[in-house]
Amino acid sequence: MRIISNHSGFIHPVPSEITPEPVYQTRRDLIRGLAAGSAGMALTAWGLREAHAQTVPGAKLPALAASSSSVAGALTMDKLTDYKDATTYNNFYEFGTDKADPAKRAHTLQTQPWSVEIEGLVKKPGRYALEDLMKLSAMEERIYRLRCVEGWSMVIPWIGYSMAKLIQRVEPQPGAKFVEFITQADTKTMPGLRSGSLDWPYVEALRMDEAMHPLTLLAFGMYGEVMPKQNGAPLRLVVPWKYGFKSGKSLVKIRFTEKQPLCSWEKAAPQEYGFYSNVNPLVDHPRWSQATERRIGEDGLFAKKRKTLMFNGYEAQVGQLYAGMDLKKFF
Amino acid sequence: MRQALRRPAAGWLLLLVGLLPFVWLVVQTIQDQLGANPAEYLLRATGDWTLRSLCLVLAVTPLRVLSGWPEWAKFRRMLGLLTYFYAVLHLSCYALFDMGLDLADILADIPKRTFILLGFAAWLLLTAMALTSFNKAIRWLGAARWQMLHRSVYAVAVLAVLHFWWMRAGKNNFDEVIIYAAVLSLLLGWRVWNRYRKMHLKRMHP
Repeated sequence: MRIISNHSGFIHPVPSEITPEPVYQTRRDLIRGLAAGSAGMALTAWGLREAHAQTVPGAKLPALAASSSSVAGALTMDKLTDYKDATTYNNFYEFGTDKADPAKRAHTLQTQPWSVEIEGLVKKPGRYALEDLMKLSAMEERIYRLRCVEGWSMVIPWIGYSMAKLIQRVEPQPGAKFVEFITQADTKTMPGLRSGSLDWPYVEALRMDEAMHPLTLLAFGMYGEVMPKQNGAPLRLVVPWKYGFKSGKSLVKIRFTEKQPLCSWEKAAPQEYGFYSNVNPLVDHPRWSQATERRIGEDGLFAKKRKTLMFNGYEAQVGQLYAGMDLKKFF
Repeated sequence: MRQALRRPAAGWLLLLVGLLPFVWLVVQTIQDQLGANPAEYLLRATGDWTLRSLCLVLAVTPLRVLSGWPEWAKFRRMLGLLTYFYAVLHLSCYALFDMGLDLADILADIPKRTFILLGFAAWLLLTAMALTSFNKAIRWLGAARWQMLHRSVYAVAVLAVLHFWWMRAGKNNFDEVIIYAAVLSLLLGWRVWNRYRKMHLKRMHP
């Protein structure tokens, strides 16, 4: 007898229901072809939803409509990571340090009502309700590679819009040089806060030009649905060319500063985690190599790990942000 | 109980139980039940079982002395070899899954990362003990030298805890490390105390 509980996670369909990969890939190519032409954004959105309906059935979360992004580099051709892997293998220390913890415990997170406090060097500070943030710009789907500093990677179809849209809306003052992203820290719902693994709340930050880069995504969903709690509901940051920990989850505050903020991991282990933390195969972590990575769910147990790409493969888009910088020094 | 311990079957039963985690890992691997990152799971599980068997083998002597039953001693070799078995699996997982069996990469990686160097040093000591674990080796080496070599298991315990501690240091997540460190300290501490006590007794009754 199969016992299905809340902890069972995503239930796989029977094999006969799964679209064979070549067919599915052709369909994705077709969809992208449509997106490239001006012929019908609505059709594209519908097409993507259809594609997801095939690959990600059993949706428990509400759907979140989006159109395919036209930002350069926003749609990688890599095979998507299984929804199950993407939602059961997470680093979200507020719910525990084991990667299975967030999927087991994050259901306690209260995401309604939710608002984000914008403060610091901006002309329009204040508290922005989630509903208003979701209406601020058109939702786009972006398929990004995600490279964890621990040496594994995934490919996730996120839904959201460029962080730049929000930044422009709140009008930074000329002195604002950095943007700080602060995660929810609620001891009642987040059992991981009791452990001293990090100094809470979790803080990550970007330089203003990094935050304004069109690839920097304010994400509200993934796989055609609203964001699962273990992945950082209801809204999170996604910076695809940096190690995953730079992308804060369940954001409650965005602060504009003149000085470079001290980020959580930098504070916890400055010799291991730098402010920039750009994906870089040439700069090793003190305890392991960053030259290769294991793609979750795809690279078999005995397959050689794949080579990690400079800036996680987004060098063409973001390389110029770091022109002339010594990336070994500013790791 | 003492009667049961004396029987040869007791040793085989212990070996069987000791290999259960290995069998379970193989079954889980075949059935693809190791989660999103099977390589990481196997690497960590084999490391955990190495530490656990190390605790068991170091518990034999205290158990023997405290219970006054010499029968326990006969399990020491098997538990030692079991520890080595899991250590070999652990090292193999690292070499195979993390380094793709590239010998040049492995040789470059070991000295570069302190925590791997510590783990590797522990493995070398375990290898020396495993290679000299049969009766003839005691005769070849002479009992005193043999015993000295096999006392390096104390160094292995220290190295293993440091290896684990360093691995977890990045996440400041020492809960499990503290448990193993406490168990191993207790087992090694008892030996120090026991030796001191014996010396004291000798001085009082020469």
